[in-house]
Amino acid sequence: MTALTVPARPEPDASLRPVPWRRMAWVTWRQHRFALGGVAALLGALAVYLWLAGLHLHHAYAVAAACRPTTSDACAMMFSNINGPGTEVIPVLLQAVPALIGAFVGAPVLARELETGTFRYAWTQGFGRWRWALAKLVPLAVVVTAAAGAFSVLFSWYFEPFFADGWQIPFGPIVFDLRGDAFAAWTLAAFAIGALAGMLIRRVVPAIAATLAAYAGLALAAGLYLRQHYLTPLLTTNPNVSGYAWTNPNVSGSPWIIGQWWTKGGKPVSESVISQVLQKGAPQLSPKGGVPQSPDVTQYLMQHGYTLWTSYQPGSRFWPFQWIEGGWLLALSVLLIAATIWLVRRRPA
Amino acid sequence: MSMNVIETSGLSKRYGSTWALHECALAIPAGHVAALVGPNGAGKTTLLNLAVGMLAPTTGTIEVLGGRPAGSPAALDGIAFVAQDTPLYKNLSAADMLHLTRNLNHRFDQAYAQARLAELGIPLKRKTGKLSGGQQAQLALTLALARRPRLLLLDEPVAMLDPVARHDFMATVLTAMADEGVSVVLSSHVLAELERVADYLILLSRGRVQVAGEVDDLLASHLVLTGPAAEAGRYAERPVVHVRRGEAQAHLLVRASADDPVPPGWEAHPVGLEELVLAYLREPHAAALPGPARGRALPFEIGEPTEVTR
Repeated sequence: MTALTVPARPEPDASLRPVPWRRMAWVTWRQHRFALGGVAALLGALAVYLWLAGLHLHHAYAVAAACRPTTSDACAMMFSNINGPGTEVIPVLLQAVPALIGAFVGAPVLARELETGTFRYAWTQGFGRWRWALAKLVPLAVVVTAAAGAFSVLFSWYFEPFFADGWQIPFGPIVFDLRGDAFAAWTLAAFAIGALAGMLIRRVVPAIAATLAAYAGLALAAGLYLRQHYLTPLLTTNPNVSGYAWTNPNVSGSPWIIGQWWTKGGKPVSESVISQVLQKGAPQLSPKGGVPQSPDVTQYLMQHGYTLWTSYQPGSRFWPFQWIEGGWLLALSVLLIAATIWLVRRRPA
Repeated sequence: MSMNVIETSGLSKRYGSTWALHECALAIPAGHVAALVGPNGAGKTTLLNLAVGMLAPTTGTIEVLGGRPAGSPAALDGIAFVAQDTPLYKNLSAADMLHLTRNLNHRFDQAYAQARLAELGIPLKRKTGKLSGGQQAQLALTLALARRPRLLLLDEPVAMLDPVARHDFMATVLTAMADEGVSVVLSSHVLAELERVADYLILLSRGRVQVAGEVDDLLASHLVLTGPAAEAGRYAERPVVHVRRGEAQAHLLVRASADDPVPPGWEAHPVGLEELVLAYLREPHAAALPGPARGRALPFEIGEPTEVTR
């Protein structure tokens, strides 16, 4: 061994300030640049596809919209050609994007450190362990959320023709959370779920699986049970306002029908009673069982003293619903990230 | 230097229903290379993790460099820890690890770190995952020393290394200690290496401190007595730590100084550190602890020795 002297040790300084936050920027970038690159590649490739497909779609829509006379078979054919199978698959696939970002960017942040043991290095440096976690999670969360937000703007533009003629209602379960602030908020929530799952499970692959499962569960619960209760649904007995507009291809901004039921003399009437009434009184209107849904049937029943009640969320509530969904997802994400940092600080390692 | 680098009182750590550490009272003075030895599960890693703030005590207190572990920027700054298996980011190069550590700490002596790696022949551009075990350990140690800590904590640093790498690693530790006066606490299974580097010994057994003291004091206060095996059982003049019986002769490790009278028919030899440690490891109930006033040789608590037949 040659003598290589270790530099003189400085005196301890009780008033020492924490290591500046900005020093972590390089660390976070250096350690997560591949994950962020993956997000950029995924969203970039999808964006290029959506942009090209969108140009084509908007052009085809403009041509079809200019078709005269509008009621002709040729014009109808033009519209139905636009609404092809590819355009229905894309929104479904995009549903997976937040989940993938959460699973492959969020989950490994802590799980990889815990799995490989490098947390023993990272958490004993001068930066301090909870500050280290904060300086990693918050910038990553902001970056993936912003990227998702930008992407959802592009998707909204791409999807415009489908709303313009009411082929899709803004509340459609497949497209509601791909537009507005909801897409960014779901991406943030998926990232936060991933980060916490990684901290709790401490293994990369199980944490990824758990993130996907938890995200899918939350998204399903929100779509099926939560969203319709954000604001009290409106009630109407006007069959034309509520009525079947979502199957009517020419009304844009259609409402979201939450439920429909019949009453007679102020008392609810069950579906089986309605079926019997229809079979006796107007057998030609009644298909095979169930409550027939056509304007003729509605008219027949109303003439016989029945009232159709419809609870619905009007199309004008799209933005309030977006902000409500974005709001609770943001609150949830902040809570999950705070819990993760608290665990980093407190959990025995 | 008068201060203690690590001071614990009633320190206990429980995992579920097992006590990894139980009522540990320790005062490791500054300016030593202190060796933490003990069988597996004795609590060595737990003690080190408590000292760096990776764990919180169940009960009791631990002070490191006079403050709470990892309790302030200054506390974080003063302690460098190299964990078991020297974790490094395998996909980063050695140069990246230097950059990373520089960014995560107030002080980082880049010139020192680069010179050391050059001297050790560790290529800066190579991914740490592609370095040999010895090189990884040296890199981790270099990262720790370049932070210019006041206390260096090493958890089983040489367990995975071959003898040459082990020797080189310990040489680096000793150089740092000699040049700068860094206090070192290291846990190790490798007793042979300790003899060369350690000047303070802490022996943990089943979560308790069994032996603690300066190596010179411990060696000076123990003797090996060799005499007829038949008389071993009757020997009771000095506290016996451990009895090792041969065919005709018995070897007794006793607490005694060189000035103490040797019984007729018996021979006294000085004890080596390795032999001393082994004897105490075999006798978990025997203890050699400094009293309330540090540095005093007595009183010692002596347990009942059990006989081991060879």
